[in-house]
Parts: sequence; structure tokens; C-alpha cells
Amino acid sequence: MLGKLTLDAVPWHEPIIMGTGAVVALGGLAVLAALTYFRLWGPLWRDWITSVDHKKIGVMYIVLALVMLLRGFADAIMMRLQQAFAANDAAGFLPPHHYDQIFTAHGVIMIFFVATPLILGLMNVIVPLQIGARDVAFPFVNSLSFWLSAFGAVLVMASMWIGDFAATGWVAYPPLSELGYSPTTGVDYYIWSLQISGLGTTLTGINFIVTILRMRAPGMRLMQMPVFTWTALITNILIVAVFPVLTATLALLTADRYLGMHFFTNELGGNAMMYINLIWVWGHPEVYILILPAFGAFSEIVPTFSGKPLFGYKSMVYATSSIGVLSFFVWLHHFFTMGSGANVNAFFGIMTSIISIPTGVKLFNWLFTMFRGRIRYHTSVLWTVGFMVTFAVGGMTGVLLAVPGADFVLHNSLFLVAHFHNVIIGGVVFGCLAGISFWFPKVFGFTLNEFWGKVSFWCWLVGYWLAFTPLYLLGFKGMTRRMNHYDHADWHPYLIVALIGAVIIGMGILSLLIQFYVSIRDREQNRDLTGDPWDARSLEWGTASPAPFYNFAVLPEISSVEQHWADKESGRNLIQPTRYEDIHMPRNTGTGFIISAFGFVLCFAMVWHMWAIAGVSLLGVIGTFLFRAYDRDVDYWVPAAEVEAIENARYALLKKAA
Amino acid sequence: MVTFKTSAGVLRARRKLAPLALLALGGCRFELFDPQGAIGEQEKSLILIASGLMLLVVIPVIILTLVFAWHYRASNTRANYQPKWHHSTAIELVVWSIPCMIVAFLGVLIWRTSHTLDPYRPLESKATPVRVEVVALDWKWLFIYPDYGVASVNRLAIPAGHPIDFKLTSQSMMNSFFIPELGSQVYAMAGMQTQLHLIADKPGTYRGLSSAFSGPGFSDMHFDTIATDERGFQQWVGQASASPLTLDKGSYATLAKPSEKNPVRIYGRVSPGLFDGIVNQYMAAPNQGATPMKAMAMRHDATASE
Amino acid sequence: MSSPVTTIDAGHGDHGHGHDAGGNTVLGFWIYLMSDCLIFAILFATFGVLASSYAGGPTGKELFDLPYVAGETLILLVSSFTFGVAMLNMAARKTESVISWLLATFLLGTGFIWMEVREFTHLIAEHAGPDRSAFLSAYFTLVGTHGLHVTAGLLWLVTMMHQVARYGLDGIVRRRLACLSLFWHFLDLVWICVFTFVYLRGVL
Repeated sequence: MLGKLTLDAVPWHEPIIMGTGAVVALGGLAVLAALTYFRLWGPLWRDWITSVDHKKIGVMYIVLALVMLLRGFADAIMMRLQQAFAANDAAGFLPPHHYDQIFTAHGVIMIFFVATPLILGLMNVIVPLQIGARDVAFPFVNSLSFWLSAFGAVLVMASMWIGDFAATGWVAYPPLSELGYSPTTGVDYYIWSLQISGLGTTLTGINFIVTILRMRAPGMRLMQMPVFTWTALITNILIVAVFPVLTATLALLTADRYLGMHFFTNELGGNAMMYINLIWVWGHPEVYILILPAFGAFSEIVPTFSGKPLFGYKSMVYATSSIGVLSFFVWLHHFFTMGSGANVNAFFGIMTSIISIPTGVKLFNWLFTMFRGRIRYHTSVLWTVGFMVTFAVGGMTGVLLAVPGADFVLHNSLFLVAHFHNVIIGGVVFGCLAGISFWFPKVFGFTLNEFWGKVSFWCWLVGYWLAFTPLYLLGFKGMTRRMNHYDHADWHPYLIVALIGAVIIGMGILSLLIQFYVSIRDREQNRDLTGDPWDARSLEWGTASPAPFYNFAVLPEISSVEQHWADKESGRNLIQPTRYEDIHMPRNTGTGFIISAFGFVLCFAMVWHMWAIAGVSLLGVIGTFLFRAYDRDVDYWVPAAEVEAIENARYALLKKAA
Repeated sequence: MVTFKTSAGVLRARRKLAPLALLALGGCRFELFDPQGAIGEQEKSLILIASGLMLLVVIPVIILTLVFAWHYRASNTRANYQPKWHHSTAIELVVWSIPCMIVAFLGVLIWRTSHTLDPYRPLESKATPVRVEVVALDWKWLFIYPDYGVASVNRLAIPAGHPIDFKLTSQSMMNSFFIPELGSQVYAMAGMQTQLHLIADKPGTYRGLSSAFSGPGFSDMHFDTIATDERGFQQWVGQASASPLTLDKGSYATLAKPSEKNPVRIYGRVSPGLFDGIVNQYMAAPNQGATPMKAMAMRHDATASE
Repeated sequence: MSSPVTTIDAGHGDHGHGHDAGGNTVLGFWIYLMSDCLIFAILFATFGVLASSYAGGPTGKELFDLPYVAGETLILLVSSFTFGVAMLNMAARKTESVISWLLATFLLGTGFIWMEVREFTHLIAEHAGPDRSAFLSAYFTLVGTHGLHVTAGLLWLVTMMHQVARYGLDGIVRRRLACLSLFWHFLDLVWICVFTFVYLRGVL
């Protein structure tokens, strides 16, 4: 019945894990108690868990990302501590089997459960508002997608206390990830958590392509979409094009591990190099999936705070699209050292360096948007400037790694580790944090505290450079990644500096949390009454803050890229429509949550080989899905009178502000 | 010796940049910038040239970012403010063509160096090459000298000034064979044979390691490369031959069992064909044949690009 | 607060967005099919790489029974035809005929799956299971994944027969039938590739 699961699966003898477990358990109990005490279970279920409102789902994605960021960062600090202690062949405080799990979990969590949900969260919140839609194309699927991702994260967290996690590195290369060499459930947790969350991501991709292609406000041509929506479109096309590759690849690894097949084994004709190719056919576009929406966020922030339109809108669109196309032809640069031959290496090296052209153009376009502007230094602008400086360096080191001859000595070194943190922290994280500080009022109706936002920015920026410059240098000293201990005394000082940098980043994260706390505490002083606190330009600022659940009472007619700016110039934004109509909205549903919960049980049961439970939960998934297929009460009308009442209040505020 | 065309420009760039990079860190030694062999030397130049080329655009971008960000701050009301300006064909042309030009240069550089630095390419040298067969084991390195019938664990002895022709494979896990001061690394994979050509210019001790994570013993999977002069190497071979240990199928099977922090061990005799046996151990039937690496990789390109 | 939608037919048919929500579904389903197609593409590519990795085990030539597989193919092709007839009847709003043609499709699909399961059990009994060699792993995975898709299609067919009977051919049911039809023809197309690249190429 319980398969391989016994009480021994819990790592009782690991003080770090059990200590964390105790803290998480106590914290969890406190939250549960608070929910019960304040009678919040009902509202939690009605307003959030069952919500199909894209804004709420977006918020939940971002909350998920921030929670997982704490876990991923805890892993990072432990790695930095270990390497700062384990010099001169000292053992440090983490034995290899634990340390190896930590760096694997760090990578998996940061990519799949921090960066990806951040991006999906921002897209969820903003894209429908930017294109003047009332929701996404498939609101129920959207809820399902989120809960699949969330339960994937729960599965990763569960692996900490029940069994173990993969100790293979975040892309789980075979043969190390094969059953013979990784016999515990670690790799299985890896596989199933990525499968369940990856399914969610694929569904989101489909959902947003349809949303963007078919639900734009009347009159909005493709070349009138805000750049963030453009980047979201390209990102979602990439998601649909490559996440199936990840799904298939992991399924083949599953077949090897569960059914004794031989796709990637050493024995009986298996071919591990095939896995390496396939995982990077997904893996490289994945980094563009993450970075493009960050570029989109910067492209909204720079014009807004420079007080002028984006320089070279068309260039931006073409650059984004060409990055999307080119990202499919670069995957081999992850393994130039496999011996593929000079022609192949040269081809992929050149293709990779070509990607730097559109990326460079984007940097120039932001630069010339600032040029002759009048820049107001909101926190999001600090993130942007910090990004432009940091990312320029990260792009350069990336192209350097794309030169096969250089990669032959830099491959798998700490130089590489520094490079991808340079672009992911300096690009994706800065972009998402900029986006959060920019769009926060649109969702919650009040602006974030500036002081703590700026403290957070400076901690992140200084921390990043302090943590990763030493790693760049260690790469030049020939230090490779994933080392548990080392006997080179001269590496030690660099790793101590890196630890200090990581601690400063930690202070940045802490400041971020303080920023949220302070902002919520002082929300009444920072109310955004106009819906447009930054004097911004695109459509989402033309509705109230917080945006009403139907987004727009009357769907706007679009005639400009910067529709809201045009409306402000003509004064149209202050004119209240004379007549409202009933609005058709999707009804909340718990089925997305329930299907995902069954899916979680299914995956957990598969990890532990509990076949009966797996079978029952699969039936649960199918049954719930069928239940949904017979549910015909999936939407409702909001009466015009109700809409009018909400809108009257808003226009009264607007007049007062004006 | 390996021939490498160093243009005056390259030399100038190297002279300018290398000390800069060193100085910035209080004179600490960077193995990749102080290579001990011709391959490493070329790779160092390549890194510096490519970086220099990109810095031509990266540094202006960073400076412009900071200058624009400061100059056009809202409080500076004297700065030119054009709230409608958002297009200039001339600027667009420039911002597309500058990266294009840099990448064109880079492209040529990539194409040429990918071929000159191809790890499979034998080094041109008057000195006779020494063949070494490398086996990555869990978690140690085995070096077999087919021309001398000796083998060693976790120590690589080579003659300085002679090209070393490595053939690499692995018993089980994928590893990457890397001696930072000598240059290129290449994967060692089970059931596959890869190649690498390196040379040490001067006698010395150079650290080698695995740079692809391969499991719990990975961090201790390092070895010393002892480069000596010709005579020293012959002496080493003589001493090695005197070792009573024999490496045959049986003792290899014992050695191949996972172990960590293995001391150096020398085998005086190696049964012939051992390396090929290791490469081919997973081939169950003759009809499959050992697929050469290059053919495999090419085939993947075709299959994975759909 | 708000009043529920009382007329079923309004359903998603008119979403009040000024857009045709039914069209959304069909476009979304097309995109899903493309992503599914990519999964099959990966499986085909994998099979291509491993097609001669017999590892001393049996080859396709020794294992495949071409006439049997041709029979399977014929059954699936006919099932596509019967589905097409069901869709024509749907257009003509003939509820009863739609159900009977869907039933015919279901029976043919079941026959196909039954034949495939028989083939698999036969191979496994002959010690040519998926764990025998990389070639057989790739074969079982590719063909089996297609089989799983068909099985899911059968489940969907049963559901739709019931929904047609219960709700009639309203907007939602018609839209779902259109998607299922796409799915069924897509699987047929995939099978033709399987037949060509796996069986024919394996035997010839």
C-alpha cells in the first residue's frame, strides 16, 4: 500500500533539516490557527483558492514565487557557507549527499518555482489589462495551471522531509540520474514535481496565446500592443514550443527509472547524450521565456518615468521576435566540450552570438528612451538602471561563453555560474521586482513604500556584485561548479567575499518583505485614487486601482500604442460613459484546485511506488475533470446597475483628484 | 611546437589587458591567464580578444546609461526634454549596425578558433606525441600509457614539449577532463570515446580535475599533472614499469568500484586492449558497432532540431 | 449581487467580450494539438536515434507482423471515417445518428487498442519487452504513447455520447465534438507516421 515509503524516509538524524522542519511546521500551524481564529477559511476558499480572476491568480503566483525564493535563498546561503568553510580539504558542515541535494534544489526551485511563477504572475496580472480584456481566454484552465504549479512546489518541499531530493544538478543528466546510480526517490521527486508544474506552464502558454491573439480590445492591432504584451506573446509561444520537449524528455527518464527501459542508460543501447541534447532544446529557450517578459517590464517602466514614448517600438518588437526564433538554434552551446566537431561548435557559437544583436538593440532603445527624457527616480527606475549596467556585463560574459574556444576552459566553471546569475538576477529578478513595484498599485490600490524599496534595490545590487564577481574570478582560477570541498587555499578569500555578498542579497530580500509589511500598514496614506499613480501610458492605467474584477466597465476602443496617454491628452479618460451594459463573467470554481490536489497525490504516490493510491488519485483527476465537463453553471452576468454604481464611485474620485 | 599566428594587434591587446586583469586583484594568479601550454595560451588570447571586442560596445553602453540616467533626472530642469521624441532612423541604423559589426568580427573569430582549437585536432609539433588513455572512474582518474604498458591512478606524468594525445572514456558517469593551466577540457563518457590534444611547454606540476559533476565523490576527483623534461619522463616510465602491480580485467574491476580520495597508484603492466574493452563494454552485439563520437553528435543535430 | 445565466445555450457561446469564445476554444485546442505534436516529434526523433540500437536483441524485421499492423491501421482509418460521418450528422442536427456513429467510432477504437495490447503482450512474452534494448524502449514508448492517447480519446468519446444524449447538440456539445474530432484525426495522422517510420521502415 505505501510502496517504498517507511518511517526511515524521514531524515531524523539531520539536525538542519529537522530544525527547518520544526520551524516550518510551527509556522504552518500558526497560519492555520490564525486562519481558524479569524474565520478566514471561507474567504480564503471563496476569494482566492477557487478564484478564476486573472489578477488574483497572478498575485498567488507571485506569492508562491516569493515563498519559494526564501527556500531557494536558504539553499544558496548554505552553499556559500559550505564553500566558505570547506577550504583546505576541511569537510565543512554539509556532507556531499546533503550538499548535492541543496545545489540541485536551489537550481530547480529558483528556475521553476521562483523565476517562472514571477513571470507568469506578472503576465497574469497585466496582460489582460493591457489588451483591454475582461479575463483570459480560459479562466478555469488558468486556475488549474496555477494550482498545478503550486502543488509542484509543494512536492519539492515535501522531498525535504520525506525521502530526499535529486543530487544530480538541476538538469539531472543521466547516467547519474538513472536508477542504478541514483536509487533513492530524489530524482523521482525531481521528475514528478517538474512534470506537474510543467503541465501547468504549458496550459498557461496556450491560454495566453489565445488571450493575446483573440481577446484584444476592439481596434487594437498587433503592432499596437504594449511591448510587455508582445514579450508575453513571444514567451508563451516559446512555452508551448518547448515545454512539451521537457515533458517528453522527463517521461523518457521516467520510463528508464520505472519500467527498466534504456533510453539514456549506459547499457543495452541507451544514449545519455540524447538526454543532454533534449534537455537543452528545452533549457535554452527557457531562459528567454524568463528574460523576455522582464525586458517587457523595463520597456513599460522606462517610457513612463522618462515622460516620453518608448524609443523604437518596432525595433523592440522585431528584436523580441527574433530572440524568440533564434533561441531554438543555440542549445548546443551548453556542451561544446562533448566533442561535436568544429563545424557544429562554430555554428552554434555564431548563432548564440547573433542573439546578442537584438538584445543589444533593446539596451540601446531603453537608453534612447531615457535620452531627452525627464526621469523620475521611482524604485522601479533604479531596478531598471541597475539592470542595464549589470545585464550589459552578463550579456558580454554570455557571448564569451558562446565562443567555443573560450568555453573549452570556462565550461562548468564558476565563471559560468557567475554568468547565469548575472543575467538571471540582473535580468529576470530585477525585472520582476521592478514590475512588482511598478504594477503593485494596479492590483492593490496603494503604492509600495519607496524607502524600503530603495534599500532593497541597493542591497540586491551591491550584494549581487559582491557575491558573483569573485565567482567570475574563480572561474579564471579554474574552479569548477558544484564542489563540496577543495584544497586550494587561494580560492578561500574569494569564497568568503562571495558569502558576504550573499548575506547582503539576503538583506535585500528582507528589505523587500519589510517593504511589503510597511506598505500594507501605511496603505491608507498611499492610496492610488486615480488609477494612474505614475502618469503612465498604456491601457492598464486607464481603469481604477485596484482594477475592478471586470477590468473595464466598457471595453475601450483602441487607436494608439499608448492608448491611455492619448486618452489623457484628449481628456477622454475623465468622461464617464453614459450607459453601461451587463457584463458576462466566469464563475469561480474549485475544480482546478481539486484536480491539482489529486494530481499532487498521484505524483507523490508515483514517487513512492504506491500503485494503488496512484490509481485512485488518477481516477480522482479524471472524475473531477468529468464533473467539470458536466457543470453548466460556469458563468454569470453582472447587472449594468451594479457596474454603474462601481463606476460612479470611481469617477467621483477621479473628479476629486482632478 | 604548435604554430599560432599572433598578429601585432593580438599581442598589443594581450599586453594591455592581461596585467590589468591581474592588477585588479592584488596580483593574485589566475591560472587561465597564466597558461603553461600552447592550447591554453591561444585560449587566453581568445578570451582577451573576444572580451576586448565586446567591451568596445559594453563600456559605452554602461557609461551612456549612467550619464543619461544622471543628466536627464527630473530635477535637472536644464536638460533638454522632448516628450514626443521617440524615433530616429539614423540612431536605429547605428544601434542595429554596431552590434552587427561586432558580431560579424566575433563570428569570424569563432569560426576560425573553433577549428584551430578543436580538441580533436592533432597538434603540429616536431616532437613525438605521447598517447594517454584516460578513464574516468567513480571517483578517480586512470591514465593508461599504451606505448609504455604502464598506468597510473590520479597522477598524470607527461613530458614537457611533447604533444599529448588523449583518448577519453568513462566507466559509468559523465565527467569532464580538465587541466586548467594547459587548456581545453573534454567530456569523458561511458561507452564513448572522445579525444583531446594538449601540450605543456615547461616542466611543472599542474592541477587537473573533473569539471562535470558526477556524484558524491566528485570533489576529490582531482590529480596532479607532472610535466618533466624528456629524461625525467623516461625515468618515470622506468620506475612505473618496476611497479609490481598489474592492471588487467580483474584488477580493473576492483579499481572501478566506487571509491573516494584514492592515493596515487602505479601499475607496471597493463593488459593490451584494456581501454578499448572499457569503451566497448556496453556494446552487447557486434551489429551495433562503436559509433564514433562525431557521427553521434551530428546525428543528434539532425534529430533534435525538429 | 448578480444573477446566474439561465439559458444554457448562451453558455460560452456569447461571452460578452465582444469575441467568439467558441472560436477561442478551437484555437486553444489547435495550439494544444501542436504541443502534443511536439511530444510525438520528440518520441519519433528518439526512435530515429535508437532505431538500430538492438543491443543484441531482436530487430524490427524479426518482430513486426506487417499484415497484423496493417489491419490495425485500417481499423483506425475507418474509425476516422465514422467520426467524420458523425460530424456530418452533427451539422445536420441529427442527434440519434451522431450517437450511433460515435458508437461505431468507439467500437473501432476499442478494437484498435485491443489489437495493440495483444501485440504488446505477445512481444513481452517473447522476451522482446521494452527493457530488452534501447530500440524496443523507443518502440514501446512511441507506440504506447499513441495508444494512451487513443485510450483517452475513447474515454472522451463515451463522455460525449452521453452528453449528446443528455444535452442534445447544443453549442457546448458541438464545440466539444469539434475538438474531439480534431483530436481523433490528429491521432490517425500520428498513427500513419508510426506505421510508416516504425513498422514499414523496420520491416523493409
